[in-house]
Parts: sequence; structure tokens; C-alpha cells
Amino acid sequence: MSEAPPTDRRNAPALSLHVPEPDYRPGDTPDFSKVVVPAAGAAPRPDTGAPARETFPLTDTLVRVLDDQGRPVGPWDPRLDPDTLRKMLKDMVTVRVFDDRMYRAQRQGKTSFYMKCTGEEAIAVAAAAALASDDMCFPTYRQQGLLVARGYPLTDMMCQIYSNAGDKLHGRQLPIMYSDKPHGFFSISGNLGTQYPQAVGWAMASAIKGDSRIAMGWIGDGATAEGDFHSALTFAAVYTAPVILAVVNNQWAISSFSGIAGAEKATFANRAVGYGIAGLRVDGNDALAVYAATRWAAERARANHGPTLIEYFTYRAEGHSTSDDPTGYRPAGEAQQWPLGDPIERLKAHLIGAGEWDEERHADLVKTADAEVRAAQKQAEAQGILPDQGFDRIGSMFEDVYADTPWHLAEQRDAALGEARIYLGRDAS
Amino acid sequence: MPTRNMIEAINDAHKVVMAADPDVVVFGEDVGYFGGVFRATAGLQAEFGKQRCFDAPISEGGIVGAAVGMAAYGLKPLIEIQFADYIYPGYDQIVSEVARMRYRTAGEWTMPMVIRSPYGGGIFGGQTHSQSPEALFTHVAGLKVVIPSTPYDAKGLLIAAVEDPDPVVFFEPKRIYNGPFDGHHDRPVKPWSKHPDSEVPDGHYTVPLGKARIVREGQDLTVLAYGTMVHVALAAVEENGIDAEVIDLRTLLPLDMATIEESVKKTGRCLVVQEATKTSGFAAELATLVQERCFYHLEAPVGRVAGWDTPYPHAYEWIYFPGPIRMKQALEKVMAD
Repeated sequence: MSEAPPTDRRNAPALSLHVPEPDYRPGDTPDFSKVVVPAAGAAPRPDTGAPARETFPLTDTLVRVLDDQGRPVGPWDPRLDPDTLRKMLKDMVTVRVFDDRMYRAQRQGKTSFYMKCTGEEAIAVAAAAALASDDMCFPTYRQQGLLVARGYPLTDMMCQIYSNAGDKLHGRQLPIMYSDKPHGFFSISGNLGTQYPQAVGWAMASAIKGDSRIAMGWIGDGATAEGDFHSALTFAAVYTAPVILAVVNNQWAISSFSGIAGAEKATFANRAVGYGIAGLRVDGNDALAVYAATRWAAERARANHGPTLIEYFTYRAEGHSTSDDPTGYRPAGEAQQWPLGDPIERLKAHLIGAGEWDEERHADLVKTADAEVRAAQKQAEAQGILPDQGFDRIGSMFEDVYADTPWHLAEQRDAALGEARIYLGRDAS
Repeated sequence: MPTRNMIEAINDAHKVVMAADPDVVVFGEDVGYFGGVFRATAGLQAEFGKQRCFDAPISEGGIVGAAVGMAAYGLKPLIEIQFADYIYPGYDQIVSEVARMRYRTAGEWTMPMVIRSPYGGGIFGGQTHSQSPEALFTHVAGLKVVIPSTPYDAKGLLIAAVEDPDPVVFFEPKRIYNGPFDGHHDRPVKPWSKHPDSEVPDGHYTVPLGKARIVREGQDLTVLAYGTMVHVALAAVEENGIDAEVIDLRTLLPLDMATIEESVKKTGRCLVVQEATKTSGFAAELATLVQERCFYHLEAPVGRVAGWDTPYPHAYEWIYFPGPIRMKQALEKVMAD
């Protein structure tokens, strides 16, 4: 812009661009007093067939069940039996132990990459409990809890992380990008947001075929800015798709806080109602609230009342991935200040308060989970780790591009095996 | 045998596959009640119901993304992107999801779907209704890319594409939906009914993917073309009296290299023709493959005819479109060397 402003605008104020900033940066003392935490039990629970617009007040608050003493209160209390609660607690503990072991494995050089979901364990685990086991999930990379809750073998998860001989994906995906059809866990993409319209499409297909299964898709707060988020909501609304669309608002998209995705101006749950979709905003660190909201949305979808968007309000307690250093953009110790607490501790307190759990049993649970994860790790590592992967399946790199291998790929496979022969000094297959 | 223009043949292919397989679902912008802006899906909603053929929001990313979910469920989406120029909002889903799903899941999830889209210029579509983006898709591992040039092939290839276990991007040359085109802008398009390739049988038949067609046999030159340019090339070699072998590639990926190689080794000369912009187009790939495999049989450098490296203009499409003059000059050059 080389031209001077027109003279008749000399007195007009200069426009300025607003770039949102989080309240605290490294070196600041974190303080979440601005986060409004409504009392547990205060949010009303509409009928699952209520018109979408009636849920609008629920997109500005937080559906919470557990109070500060761990007691379940209010209309959203799902009144779960103790066995279900203990199973959820066990799965959440297992996820956390698994994450810690795999984080260490990455630091030990056994694999290239890992992503924890610390602080967000309830979101996948309680959703898995609320869904039917054959409902279809379109997750992001932070829903490892779905696989754990649905009983997918930990060893198989680890083999995928190690890209070893036991990796059913033949070393083609980044670690943590699992895929398992029998457990209703769709293949994870690194291109963010793509799974959202896919979940809607699966739900539409289920409706087309007169099935009774529903789909659930997850997205992060940052990726709500992707076009796929908006096309998914449009499709879900237009076709009354039996789908649950989860926004996991963990406050951080790598180093960009949720304000960069628009959270300053409206909650992510708010966006639902503009599309004609029911919306709920839920305390994501309250396993009972997560369960209750997901169950509500599942019942709504199953009864042909249509989709629900649920914002799970939570906090990413660790870095984005093993390649991230969160101390570069947010205060150290911020996670400990998070006003909604730790999901495992809260569920544990609830069970103890109900007389269904105690510290000793909890210590045993952690110990058992640790032993189970270590045993799985041993089994997985017996099949190799990333740095010393086998060299006997190089040709498999050229398989599954197409159902049948076309001539140009066959030629390239032969060339690759020729290169391998020179590298290795022997034939490979 | 009934004659059909290309749109009628494509419409008939839809009916055949939808009748044969209840899992085939057709959707896209305006394809339902109205039957598509080019009428390719006319009558499908009335015949097969709204659950099998329906209108979609104007969201190509949503259309392809939903198709991924449907394919994951076990349906066979047969979707329309209204113009190839509009495919870009769906490009991420096609390239990152559809193309790679079989690979990244080691065959656990496959994406048997067909993404149809009218492409190419010559209908005064301007720079947003005239592009030929096929090279963007031939660059993507996991996709098949098919472009018919006749009604007979359009039906047979489309049925084969739907029955194929891999995802197929099916570009339709809209310039020749209603009739073959000889490349002369001042001459009207002829009706398909006068052309032998418009004899389109009723019912099921397939034209195999990955197999080119020798449209015209010849001894002195091999011309490689696809879509609208097959007709332009045919007219040009005949008008210029060249004994050329004209090959309609039909499938760009995977390519029928054996047929190309055999022809070029016989004729010793090769001209590749595309409507798309020249730089990094599929013709460049063809020229390189011919050079790599037939170099010692070549009497002359491989020639290339293409659109100019500009966006497609509205007013000057008669000089943008690779027509008889560009063809004549290229033919003379490749024959003179």
C-alpha cells in the first residue's frame, strides 16, 4: 500500500487487527479464576427428543455431575452401577500408565513419536462406556482410551507404535495412528478434521440401511476451524444423521490457545445450535458427566432425533506430543491449577465416597495396570522396535496401494528390492 | 442396437449398477430430484428412491468426506462433483483419505467409490468451469483415473469403475457429452447418433480399466490422447493426411504402457495430446515414459500438444483450446524431424 489515505479520512481512527492472546505466558502465575465453573447438578437435562434450539442454554454452561466432594448431583447423574464405574476407573488408569510407558519408550529411542492424553482420559473412556460396543468411532489421536476400554490388546497398540513385525499396519502409519475395524475404531489421519464428515457419512449409511448403530466423531478445539468441521455439521443437520460430534476443547492446539480457534467469541458448543444441532457443553474431567452427556446424545441419535455436538471442556495436561515443549508457550504448572481437577482423581474420590473403593484397592489397581502394561511392552518389544525393524518385508511397502499391484508398482518394488540387496548384502523379500 | 449420447450412456450406467447392487448410493449437488445439471442422474431418484439418490449441500469436502464414511460402512458411493473445477474443496479427502485408506489400514478398510466429474473446456465456462485437473490425481498413489471419449466407453468404463475395488476418479469430457468434436470451433458438434461408438447396448457390460483402445491404426506416428482430445487428434491426423495410430488411453492411472510401447516401437514417432495446461501435465509423464522405454526406436523427439499455461479464459477459449492449428504444427514438426 503506497497510496496515502484520502484526505477526508484523516481523522478516522486507524483500524487494528485483534490477535487473541492467552491470559498467561511462561513466567506468569497461572490463574484460572476467569473460567466459570457452574455448580455440579445445576444444568437441566432436557428430554432426548427436545428440539435442538432448546439445548442452547446448555451450550453456555457446563454439564457437571460430580461436586467438589465427589458426590453425584443433579438430573444428569447417570446412576451407574459400581462395576461400571470401577471398569471406567480401571480403563482410565490403564490409559495413563500406558501413556507414561510409551512416552518413556519414545525417549529411550524405541519409537519416533508419541502423544499422551493426560487429563483427558475420561473423554474417551466414558464415551466408550456410554456407546454400544458396535457403534462406530472416528477418533483423533488422543482417544486411545476407546481402544483400551473396548478391550483391544495393549500389545497390538504397542506393536503399532513400534512399527515392528507385529504391527498390523505394516509400519505405514505414525505411532498412535491406530486402526481396528473389529473394535469400531476408524483409521486415524494426521490431516485434522477429516474424520468429522466421515463419521457423519457412516451414520448416514447406517440410516440408509435401516441399521440401529450410530457413529461418533471427535475433533480438537483447534481443528474446528477446518472446513471439514463445518461441512460435517451441515451434513449431520441436513440429513438428521445419527451421529455424535465431539469437540475436545483441551485449550491448546500445539502452542495456539483455544482463542485462536474462536473460543473468545463463542463456546464451541454454541456453534451446534446455529446448524440446528443439539449442543451440550460438558465438564470433560468429570467421567460421570461425560458418560451422561454421551449417553443422552446416543439415545437421541438412536431414536432418530438427530445429531448432537458435545464440547468436552478439559485441559491438555502434557505437551501436544513428544516433539512439543509446552514450557515455551504456557506457564509451567498450569495443569495443576486447572479448576476442573484430574479426571482419575475425581472418579476415584467418587467411588471412595460411595464406599465402593479405597486407597488400598486403588494402589493395587495402579500396580496391576503397571504390570499389565509392562508385560504387554515386553511382548511387543520381543517383536521389535522401530530402530531395528526387520528387513524381511520390504516388498510389503508396495502392497495395498491398489487391490492388485499394477505394472509400475511391480517395477518399483523390484527396484527397491535391488536397492535393499545392495544395502544389506543379501536378498530381502 | 440403441444409440445414446455420452450423458445418456452415463445415466444408463448408473441405472445398471444401482439395479445390480443395493449398496450403490448416488449423491452430489443437484443430482437428486433435478437429475444433475448435465442430467447424468436424471430419473434415478424416481426409480431408486431418495435413500439411494439425493441432493447434497454445496460442500465438496462434505460430499467426499461423507462418502468415505459410507464406504467404511460398506456402501459403494457413486458421487458427482458438479464441475472438476469444484473438486478442490474435496481434494484433501480424496488425496489424504480416499486414496490411502487401503494402504494405511493394510487392507482393513477399502474405499470402493467413484468420484465423477465433468472436466475440460470448450463450452464457454470461463476459468471456473473449464479446467482439466487430471494430472493432480494421477500424481496420487492409490487412485485410478479414468477418462472416456465415447458413449460406449463411458458406460462400460463407469460400470467397471463402480465394480472396481479401488477408488476411481472419473472425469467426463463435457465438450463431447452431446457429440464428438473435431476441434474446429466454428463447426457445430455433431450428434453422437451418427457415430458408431454411440451404439450402447442395454444392460450390463464393462470396458476394463487400465486398457487403452487403438482408435485408428497407422504406421508413421503414434498419437496418445484421451477425452475430448481423442476426437481432436483423430480429425487432425486425417485432415493432415498422416498415417497415424491414434490411441485413446481411457485410463490414465494405471496406464496401459504395453499398448503404447508396442505402437511407438512400430511407428518410431510419438505425439502426446492433452487439453490441460502444459507444464507438469499428464502429457509430460507420457512423453517421459515413451522416452524411457522407446528411445532407441524413436525417429524424432516426442511432441507435445497442450493448453496454454494460463487459467482458462472465457472470451478466448477458441485460441486457448488445443485445436487444429496447434495440432497441425505439432504433427508437421514430429513428422519432419
